[in-house]
Amino acid sequence: VGSVTATVPPPITRNIGWMFRTFAAITGSGFRRYSTYRQATLAGAFTNTVFGFLRCHVLLAVATGAGGVAAGYTPDQLATFVWVGQGLLAVVLLWGWNDLAERIRTGDVASDLLRPVHPVLNYLAADLGRAGYALLTRFVPPVVAGLLFFDVAIPSRWSTPPIFAISVVLAVVICFGCRYLVNATAYWLHDVRGPMMIWTFGSGVLAGLYFPLHFLPDWVTVPLWLATPFPSILQTPLDVVVERDDWPVQVGLVAVQAVWAGLILLACRAVQGAAERRLVVQGG
Amino acid sequence: VADRLGVLPAYWALLRGQARSQVSYRTSFLVDLVGNVGATVFDVATVLVLFRLTRTLGGFPRAEAMVMVGLSAAAFATADLAVGNIERLRQYVRTGLLDAVLVRPLGALPQLLLMDLPLRKASRALFGVAVLVAAVLTAGIDWTPARVGLVVLAPVCGVVFFASIFVTTAALSFWWIDSGEVGSAFTYGGRDFTTYPVTVYSGWFPCSSPPWPGGSGCATTGAPDHERGPRGRAGDRGARPAQGVRGTGPGRPVPADEAAGDRRRRDRPDRPAWRDGRLHRPQRRREVDHPEDAHRRADALLR
Repeated sequence: VGSVTATVPPPITRNIGWMFRTFAAITGSGFRRYSTYRQATLAGAFTNTVFGFLRCHVLLAVATGAGGVAAGYTPDQLATFVWVGQGLLAVVLLWGWNDLAERIRTGDVASDLLRPVHPVLNYLAADLGRAGYALLTRFVPPVVAGLLFFDVAIPSRWSTPPIFAISVVLAVVICFGCRYLVNATAYWLHDVRGPMMIWTFGSGVLAGLYFPLHFLPDWVTVPLWLATPFPSILQTPLDVVVERDDWPVQVGLVAVQAVWAGLILLACRAVQGAAERRLVVQGG
Repeated sequence: VADRLGVLPAYWALLRGQARSQVSYRTSFLVDLVGNVGATVFDVATVLVLFRLTRTLGGFPRAEAMVMVGLSAAAFATADLAVGNIERLRQYVRTGLLDAVLVRPLGALPQLLLMDLPLRKASRALFGVAVLVAAVLTAGIDWTPARVGLVVLAPVCGVVFFASIFVTTAALSFWWIDSGEVGSAFTYGGRDFTTYPVTVYSGWFPCSSPPWPGGSGCATTGAPDHERGPRGRAGDRGARPAQGVRGTGPGRPVPADEAAGDRRRRDRPDRPAWRDGRLHRPQRRREVDHPEDAHRRADALLR
């Protein structure tokens, strides 16, 4: 994917290795950028852990009230669901990313457009670096807390960890794409508070953070899963790691994720193209 | 006292200016109003979804649990409306805007609160109160005067509590700039904690001294007595909000000042906290030339 800036013809990429090197360099810089915010990392991990305790107790109380098994989850599985979810929350970075919107508002985005890397790829690479750092620092503390203080379900099949790993990477890509789209509304609206608010409130519930989506009736869950990207952001990796389904179903869920990742990235690319045309029309 | 009332127009002007600037973008403001209800709607919906699977949560049936949800939602949303934006204190400290606030001849905390009072959150507070009213009316409560008093007092005390937590955690930023998320563990965490019956957290929070004595404890007395969890004793928890009210009385904006390191006035509660401490600033209420003021200033320095 070369640059599609409206003003510059896409450069012809002669050597694909160059693209990977650029991508890796940007990813590394994303990792380093976030690793400088050590206090914030510590504070975030603490908060995720506190919320883990609250959510875990509530869901365990639901399981107790439901007679032991709630919507197909045993108490152990619910504990894993909550704690891995609290860790993944920071890895996919559901909330609190408005870098792009700010750059659009201030006009700094113009310098992104001058770079020989497509803006979507550029931000995706940086976001993968960020996710890598979050995986080391924000994912581990809540999961360890869960292991220490609760009876958690640990994956028993050898196939689960690799499927989970793929699922997490796809979840990061999907969540990045959604955030990119929300931020990109700034090209048209200049003030992204409205879309950002809808995203913040909607994503928590629809992604399965507050409660597993299987708590909802099937006629809600299935369309939600297939027609929206939200369950693919948290619910799918979490269902994989608690081994709710057999491996063919797990692979199927991850396939749905892969489709969504592709669709979202294409949507990002289309939106970015439209936005650049708009900027050029405005004389930017 | 006249002095004290004299600054009220200034605060009023701050508030009016804020309101005008926020309402001037009408569409934006409406979107914000609607969007803010969304947060609380989702919180309430979450509880309803959980009750699809179970008849009781921590020993409480849905009607009773909804009273707690209502108490928590009303108290949190109102506190968030009134002082929630103090969360931005750390940006002010970082960018230096706080210095500008301190130079002005008005109390620091009231200024910070009025400078960006999020009127858009009013919708959320109204929705929270609506949930509480609906829950109380449908819970089949056997009303006694004490319970009526409780259902009025509990949300008010809850507001004071959440407001104090907001201010206290925001004050962390004086020492720890990147502390933002730690604050949410106690503010939003406190809301989540009080949303559910305290019996849900059995084992972790001993019920005689829960850290957030807001909604759930009080609701235990308000709800009918037929089903009580073994730990659902109301008396010991009902007493806590009152302590909190004494501790952080309204109209005594001490916390930010205390956080700023000025501990002197803590043992002098009879003196209006916002008056001394900054008297050395000459612009203060244009009183610098008054002999009695100079006297007072000298007094403050000697102390």
